[in-house]
Amino acid sequence: MKGSVAYENDLNLEATELRLGLPGTDEREEQTVSNVRNNKRPLQVADEECGANGKSNTQNETAPHAKAQIVGWPPIRSYRKNNFQPKKSECDGPGIYVKVSMDGAPYLRKIDLKVYTGYPELLRALENMFKFTLGEYSEREGYKGSDYAPTYEDKDGDWMLVGDVPWEMFITSCNRLRIMKGSEARGLGCGV
Amino acid sequence: MQKKMAYSFPDEVLEHVFSFIQSDKDRNAVSMVCKSWYDIERWCRRKIFVGNCYAVNPRIVIRRFPEVRSIELKGKPHFADFNLVPDGWGGYVFPWILEMARAYPWLEEIRLKRMVVTDESLELIAKSFKNFKVLVLFSCEGFSTDGLAAIAASCKNLRELDLRDSEVDDLSGHWLSHFPETYTSLVSLNISCLGSDEVSFSALERLVGRCPNLRTLLLNRAVPLDKIANILRRAPQLVEFGTGTYTAELRPDVFSYLAGAFSSCKELRSLSGFWEAVPAYIPAIYSVCSRLTSLNLSFATIQNPDLIKLVSLCPSLQRLLVLDYIEDSGLEALASSCKDLQELRVFPSDPFGVEPNVSLTEQGLVAISWGCPKLESVLYFCRQMSNAALVTIAQNRPNLTRFRLCIIDPKTVDYLTHEPLDVGFGAIVEHCKDLRRLSLSGLLTDRVFDYIGTYAKKLEMLSVAFAGDSDLGLHHVLSGCESLRKLEIRDCPFGDKALLANAAKLETMRSLWMSSCSVSFGACKLLGQKMPRLNVEVIDERGHPDSRPESCPVDKLYIYRSVAGPRVDMPPFVWTKDEDSSLRLS
Repeated sequence: MKGSVAYENDLNLEATELRLGLPGTDEREEQTVSNVRNNKRPLQVADEECGANGKSNTQNETAPHAKAQIVGWPPIRSYRKNNFQPKKSECDGPGIYVKVSMDGAPYLRKIDLKVYTGYPELLRALENMFKFTLGEYSEREGYKGSDYAPTYEDKDGDWMLVGDVPWEMFITSCNRLRIMKGSEARGLGCGV
Repeated sequence: MQKKMAYSFPDEVLEHVFSFIQSDKDRNAVSMVCKSWYDIERWCRRKIFVGNCYAVNPRIVIRRFPEVRSIELKGKPHFADFNLVPDGWGGYVFPWILEMARAYPWLEEIRLKRMVVTDESLELIAKSFKNFKVLVLFSCEGFSTDGLAAIAASCKNLRELDLRDSEVDDLSGHWLSHFPETYTSLVSLNISCLGSDEVSFSALERLVGRCPNLRTLLLNRAVPLDKIANILRRAPQLVEFGTGTYTAELRPDVFSYLAGAFSSCKELRSLSGFWEAVPAYIPAIYSVCSRLTSLNLSFATIQNPDLIKLVSLCPSLQRLLVLDYIEDSGLEALASSCKDLQELRVFPSDPFGVEPNVSLTEQGLVAISWGCPKLESVLYFCRQMSNAALVTIAQNRPNLTRFRLCIIDPKTVDYLTHEPLDVGFGAIVEHCKDLRRLSLSGLLTDRVFDYIGTYAKKLEMLSVAFAGDSDLGLHHVLSGCESLRKLEIRDCPFGDKALLANAAKLETMRSLWMSSCSVSFGACKLLGQKMPRLNVEVIDERGHPDSRPESCPVDKLYIYRSVAGPRVDMPPFVWTKDEDSSLRLS
């Protein structure tokens, strides 16, 4: 976080630099984008969930100018946290929180994509969370051997199969996850 | 010898008499007089309040009260507001709607708080209740604007739609257009929580223009400042108004049009909204200030002196919500100009900053306690406090009924004496004999709980965080607070002993929440076994509590009384004494 604060005081030359890299290959670039105050849900989710995951207390130790945040403290509602000039007061946890739903399950979960190093870890976590198994992934046929397919909604609002794009690109473009079941899932796997 | 009933009122007469008895408590008392009164009363009870949706189930309610017109349900525990309750915990309203759709075709009002409401539920409401009038979704979630569209399209007699603080999946602003052109009965609309950037302004203006009884209109952030005037001009009878984002480049024509629109609203008594408010446009509301009784500036970024000037123009103010930008100086001004003030809430503008960013201390609250004789409800976030200040506040304002103090750093000491704040809070409970709600903060020992147990006889709700030394603290509260209904505790060294010793007390309360304390799973199981009318639920996302050593305390614990037995919709991370997990939904 320290890096991005110094960076805000600079001329911000990096923001105007043309790049050929995939989105997500430069961390700091994504940080400035996410600091722009807006109404959109992802930013709110990131802030409100900071610290909701018990282990994120340790994630915040890098910030010299804000304390490690205690979950749910001070006791203010999430919609109050997002309303002011994002100074140092914004959540310091760099987590990427997304909602996860599964067809047929009566509840939603939220996870931090930053916690995982790649697809295998993420998929295992999802399998544990919702108590199901995914099939083998192949680029051509999607997830074979199971009734389920993990999908995500990207920044353009399109639903994609998890695993089709490089991991770094995925975590920066994923809005939410949905574990589809049945024919809809199989349809998505084939020839997409 | 037979005693003859000398007086025997026909049922209709008793029913008529009972119709004047509105409060739940009185109704409950009436129903206990004798069997015939119980029977008559249950047929004519129209309004039901269920403070914990899991304390009872819809079938039981419907069986006893067959002719209900209005129901209020509350779901998740209060600490869900601060993200302490994991997603998927529960509080689903659908099972209730399903049963009521069959049993209460004439249902008119549904009020929900902290419940999960799906579009399916909203659609079922829309098609099941022909005379549906009031829908209040307070801090709810799980639905989208599609569900709202169904309500708008079908509920011809809708008076009130209030979505306050709910989390709505905003798919499209066009749901507003689903109110038919023939629909004119709207009285109250609160959409302040909606994020949608596409609110159809023309649909909104037309809706407002054709509803002559509209009294309350709270807009969302997406409505820009320059659209407000047209809306106000179509509804000069408004009593309560919430702006959208209150910022724009200063343009004299826009300003005077807006100021004119506000001044034509002679009935306006309450204002809110003001997201990102800029000082330049604040004077547009000056014409209504002298009549304002309620002002919510808690999203307004204006600071002093503009803020002080504004509140000083509102001598009739009874309720003020504001950010700590008001500072001590602003509160002193408030204390001298607003003698009718009953409720004050001061929120932090920079809650996670290490250093204070504003000059707001305990002095501001002390000034208010001197100057505002009618003050009864306080919510105050600050960074320093002293016992002396709390004692002064308590002595000045023995009429306080709600006192919630949040000193931002946990375990902060009295900054003057470096002592715990036991004595200060002790003074509050000792002097404020009608105190119903209290939230503690700062460094506190078991002593403060001794004071609370001794003096706080009318206390109904207590919130505790990072306080106490031992089980004795919890024991003082559970054994002393006769009126206690809700107790919520986090990060305190309270364990098994006090809980088990006061098991019977828990059945006299609505609920107890304990998180990050020292309660063992063994004690939870024991409590659940001893007290069959308590649901003892452990919330722990680390897997089954038995997979951890005995010494490892449970993460979160929620205990509540219930006549409905264990719930059938528990998620995988909620554990009870019942090992049999077939009770769960798979």
